[in-house]
Amino acid sequence: MEKFTTITSIAAPLDRANVDTDAIIPKQFLKSIKRSGFGPNLFDEWRYLDHGEVGMDNSKRPINPSFVLNKPEYRGAKILLARTNFGCGSSREHAPWALEDYGFKVIIAPSFADIFYNNCFKNGILPIIQSDHVMDQLFKTNSEISVDLNTQTVTFNEKTVKFEIDAERKRRLLEGLDDIGLTLQYKDEIKSFEKQYLKKYSWI
Amino acid sequence: MSKTLYDKLMSAHIVREHDSTVLIYIDRQLIHEVTSPQAFDGLTMANRKPWRINANIAVPDHNVPTTERSSGISSIIDPVSKLQVETLDKNCKEFGINEITMNDVRQGIVHVIGPEQGVTLPGMSIVCGDSHTSTHGALGALAFGIGTSEVEHVLATGCLWQSKSKNLKIEVNGKLKRNVSAKDVALYIIGQIGTAGGTGFAIEFAGECIRDMSIEGRMTLCNMAIEAGARVGMVAVDNKTIDYVKGRPFSPKDRDWDNAVEYWQTLHSDCDAKFDKTIVFNTENISPQVTWGTSPEMVIDINGTIPDPKNITDPVKAESTKNALNYINLKANTAINSVEIDKVFIGSCTNSRIEDLRAAAEVAKGKHIAKNIKLALVVPGSGLIKQKAEDEGLDKIFTEAGFEWRESGCSMCLAMNADKLEPGERCASTSNRNFEGRQGQGSFTHLVSPAIAAASAIAGHFSDIEE
Repeated sequence: MEKFTTITSIAAPLDRANVDTDAIIPKQFLKSIKRSGFGPNLFDEWRYLDHGEVGMDNSKRPINPSFVLNKPEYRGAKILLARTNFGCGSSREHAPWALEDYGFKVIIAPSFADIFYNNCFKNGILPIIQSDHVMDQLFKTNSEISVDLNTQTVTFNEKTVKFEIDAERKRRLLEGLDDIGLTLQYKDEIKSFEKQYLKKYSWI
Repeated sequence: MSKTLYDKLMSAHIVREHDSTVLIYIDRQLIHEVTSPQAFDGLTMANRKPWRINANIAVPDHNVPTTERSSGISSIIDPVSKLQVETLDKNCKEFGINEITMNDVRQGIVHVIGPEQGVTLPGMSIVCGDSHTSTHGALGALAFGIGTSEVEHVLATGCLWQSKSKNLKIEVNGKLKRNVSAKDVALYIIGQIGTAGGTGFAIEFAGECIRDMSIEGRMTLCNMAIEAGARVGMVAVDNKTIDYVKGRPFSPKDRDWDNAVEYWQTLHSDCDAKFDKTIVFNTENISPQVTWGTSPEMVIDINGTIPDPKNITDPVKAESTKNALNYINLKANTAINSVEIDKVFIGSCTNSRIEDLRAAAEVAKGKHIAKNIKLALVVPGSGLIKQKAEDEGLDKIFTEAGFEWRESGCSMCLAMNADKLEPGERCASTSNRNFEGRQGQGSFTHLVSPAIAAASAIAGHFSDIEE
């Protein structure tokens, strides 16, 4: 996984609450057995005017000009601004895969659904929680926003706000560490736990 | 120190603690074809093997056809769906994982077959790359949905890093009114606390109403915990739980059984356990429910009227209501029971068990679906449920009433197979999500109980059960 440093970018404002993972990446795209290539179908039903299917040439599809990601001023945005309960619904990791593949590195919202929040960290995306008050200010910003994971700050319009993040998750993002490799450092500990556990609960 | 059920289940599985995160041992991983291919791919690339083969069991469910499929995988028409099911078969074979394949009579929706086979048991830590894994909490298990990276992590290490959730007790007191089911209780609760009401919490459902509920009803309720934002929903173990588990193919036997029962009987919150939050409801306020919008919290009584955004003070909520009504093509202040429907879906990991089918059949018996209903599907949760229903003659009741009787699978709940709605079609569905496009692009989903789905099919519009 790529190391997370600082991100400075314009931010695309997705001004709706309860954006679910079905909206982030519709189910027909979940049939892929690959981990990449979901970006062109991110928010497919909102982004295009026709019905999207696997294997279509997305560059030839009619786009919905009123959808935020299709507005020229937000092209290349690495930061997504969202509203409450972002990423609710299905556990599909295809949602952060699609966001990441599109180019988003940071999502800022007042709250996230649990599974989605977890899945972001596995894919080098930083989900940041800010109050509704700060969110309203961010949504009004037209200039670039800077996110610094090390100092846990978001800077915009010469104003800086802090954000909270679990220390272990921060370390893993900063160092781009592979979760499985890290866990396997405790292989012996897991084995010894397992031995006594399976003895006690022999039916498992 | 007194503990909640969640705390007991967590602490039994902790291998290691790191500040606010803990490494927990996973007893069972359920695997299906949609969220596993990339995980197996990751194992292969890193040259890793599954940590404990027997911890895993796989079944294809999301992409399988519910129509004639005796020819096996070749009966899947969509090549992309077919490849996904083939990939699951290939991966399970390669890694030696026990798979219930598509044409096995035991095949079914992953959250239906786990309890049915005794693969998921009280006290277990259970994960699956599917958010409705909370279902298994009905047996007093710690069960939650995970993403594909975590599926790979569990395959490779037998463990998972977790942050501890807070404890939320939802107490439902009183006896259920007639024709009110576990599904209505679930929808009512979500309507009250909202789809983020349980975020960050593990929910324990308690109270007289829950104690009175069958295990299948508890599964319906725990299944929908995720729609309230909670990854975990649970009910304490009681005699019903133990009776349910007994004698299932993977359930413990002989001495193991006695030891297991002794342990399972401890799986309840201690009487003075502290919850971070408790919410109390009373059954007298719970009537049959139907959703009117594009989120499970947008729900009203079957005889209620659709809310008016003009009367909502919270601007974000008013905007969501407006967006939802705009999408779902309904007007504020309309009586929901006057709204006509096109299709009916009875099935999904929420409502496809034998009791659900019986409840729907009781309403449909001797009647016929209305002329405006283009399709009314009944999709049993597993091949074994289908068999049982046929033994009881439920299939005849449904087909004589004009319903289609199908093979088991996830089907129109998320429409990854051929069962889907066309744009503009409105469906009374016993599934769990009414998001935009969930059952087909541009289609409208309304969540209801099996009995209300059947009654609505017969009336041609949303309808309470006729006495």
